[in-house]
Amino acid sequence: MTAEEEVLERIKVIISERKDEVGEVVEKDAAILTEDLSVSYHGRVAIEDISIKFRRNAITAIIGPSGCGKSTLLRSLNRMNDLIPGALVSGKVLFNGIDIYSRDVDPVYIRSRIGMVFQRPNPFPMSIFDNVAFGLRVNGFKLTKDELRKRVQEALVKAALWDEVKDRLDAHAYSLSGGQQQRLCIARALAVEPEVLLLDEPTVSLDPISTSKIERLLVALKHDYTIIIVTHNMQQAARVSDYTAVMMPDENLIGRLIEFGPTKEIFTSPKDSRTEAYISGRVS
Amino acid sequence: MGYLSSEQFLRSVKRRRAQDKLFMVVVLAATLVSTLALIVIFVTLSVESVSFFTRVSVIEFLTGTKWTVLFADKHFGVLPLLNATLMTSLIAIAVAGPAGIAAAVYLSEYASQRFRNFMKPVIETLSGVPTVVYGYFALYFVTPNFLRAFWEDLSIHNALAVGLMIGVLTLPIVVSISDDAMKAVPYDLRLAAYSLGSRKIDVVFRVVLPAALSGVVASIVLAFARAMGETMIAAIAGGFRPVLSFNLGESMQTMTSYLAQVATGDAPHGTIEYQSLFAVGLLLLVITATLNFIGLKVIRRWEIRY
Repeated sequence: MTAEEEVLERIKVIISERKDEVGEVVEKDAAILTEDLSVSYHGRVAIEDISIKFRRNAITAIIGPSGCGKSTLLRSLNRMNDLIPGALVSGKVLFNGIDIYSRDVDPVYIRSRIGMVFQRPNPFPMSIFDNVAFGLRVNGFKLTKDELRKRVQEALVKAALWDEVKDRLDAHAYSLSGGQQQRLCIARALAVEPEVLLLDEPTVSLDPISTSKIERLLVALKHDYTIIIVTHNMQQAARVSDYTAVMMPDENLIGRLIEFGPTKEIFTSPKDSRTEAYISGRVS
Repeated sequence: MGYLSSEQFLRSVKRRRAQDKLFMVVVLAATLVSTLALIVIFVTLSVESVSFFTRVSVIEFLTGTKWTVLFADKHFGVLPLLNATLMTSLIAIAVAGPAGIAAAVYLSEYASQRFRNFMKPVIETLSGVPTVVYGYFALYFVTPNFLRAFWEDLSIHNALAVGLMIGVLTLPIVVSISDDAMKAVPYDLRLAAYSLGSRKIDVVFRVVLPAALSGVVASIVLAFARAMGETMIAAIAGGFRPVLSFNLGESMQTMTSYLAQVATGDAPHGTIEYQSLFAVGLLLLVITATLNFIGLKVIRRWEIRY
C-alpha cells in the first residue's frame, strides 16, 4: 500500500466507525447560511461566491489546502474581518435569518452571539477566573458575585476544564499547559453563552492527547451549540464533523467552495475529483 | 585558485583570532567607559560628601527645614530643596503622566500606521529641544501670559511654571515607552477580546492597558527621575529661594537649581558651601539612580512576559 492509500484507508476506518447519520441541510435547520459570500483584501479577492448552510447543533468542518480562504470564510461569519484593514465583504451572511452585514446590525453584538477560538491558545494575562469572566464583564451582564462564579464554573465544566482548575481559579492563566489554555479559551467563549462557536484550527499547536480531549469536547458541545471548525487535519474532520466543506484555490488563487455535504459522503464518495486528491494527500 | 596550504591556513586563523580579540577589547572598553564615568562621579561625590558630613550631621541634613548655607547664619536642612524638587516633579508627572498615556493609547490603538510613523519622531523631538529654551519659555511666556491670567499675584519665579514645563519636557518619555509597551501586547489578545463582544474601549482598558501596565509604570518612573534631575528650567524659572513651602505660586529652589547656583558662583574649594554641593549632588544621584534602576527593572519584567 502506498502512503496515500494508507491515509485514505485510515480515514475510511474512522468514518465506518461512526454510527450517526445526517441528511442534507435544509434552510430552516441552518444557524448560519451564506449566499454568494465574497471577501477581498485591498481589492484582491480571497474567497468568492461561497454559498453554504451551517446546520444548527452540528459540527461542520471546513477543510482545504493552505491559502484556500478557510480562515477568511470563518472570520466573515462573526465579522472579525471588520478588524482587518482593507477587508471588503459582499454577499450575505444570514444568522437566524438576519443579515449580519446589514447597516443596522452591531458587529459587537454579533460577536457575543457567535464565539471564536483561535489557532494558538490566547488566554489573557490574568487569572483563570478573570479570563472566563471577561466576556460576561464586557457584555455588561448585571451579575452578582455568586452568579458570576456560577457562570464561570458552568463554562469551565462545559469546557471539561473544571476538575483541573477548580482549586486554583486565581492562578495565572499562563500557568496552564497549552491544551488547558485552549480549553480555557473555549470556556471563555462559552461563558458568554453564544449560539455558534467558530474554531480556527484549534488543535494545530497541541499534542495528540490534548487534541483528542478537545475533539471529544466538541462532540459533546454540539448538542448545545452550532460548531464550525477550520482544520488542516483530515482525520480530525472525519472524527468530529457531521458536515464537511471543501475549499480549494482556483487558478487565480481565489478560494472557492468545491464541495459540501455530510462528512461521510465527502470522505467516502466525493463528487469532485479534487476532493479525493486532497483527502488522500496528493494536493497539499 | 588553489587551496591554502596548512601553514597559510594556520596563519590566517591566528590573524583572525587576534582581530576578534582586539575588537572585543575595544567594545569592552567602550562599555566600561560609561560605567566608569558613573563610578568616578559617585566616588567623587562621596569623598567630598564625607568631609561635609564630618561638619554637618546626616540627621540635620536630611530632616532640617532650613537651608541657609549661603548666609551668615548657616542651616543645613535639605528639606526645602528636596520639597521643591519633589513638588515640581510631581506637577510634571501630573501633566506628562495622563497626557502621555492618553497619547500612547491613541498612537498604539487608534492611529493609522502612517500617522503613528509620522507622530512618534515629532513627539520625540520635544526631548531634543535644549532645556534652556523651555526655561526661558516658562519665565517669559507661560508665567506672565498664561498662568497670570488665572492667578494674578503669581510670583514671576514659581514652582508651577517649572513643573508644567518639565511636564512637557518629560512627555515624550511617557509616550514613547508606554506606546512601545502597548504595541508589545500581542495582537492575538485584542482579537480574543473582540471575539468575546468587546468594544474598542474595553479592549483598551481591560486588555491592552493591564497587559502593558508594567511598561506604563516604568515610563512614569523614568519620567519622574528625569524630572527630578532637570536643572535649567528650575534654575531659570523657579528662582533661588530655598524655603520650605507648599505654595506652587512661590519662588523656590530645587536641588538642581541650588547646584547650578553654587557651581556657577564662587564657592571656594574646601569651604562648607563648596562641600554642600557634593552632599546635595550625592542625594540627587542616589534618588534618581534608584528610580532609574526600578524603572528599568519594571521594563525588563514586561519584556519577558510574552
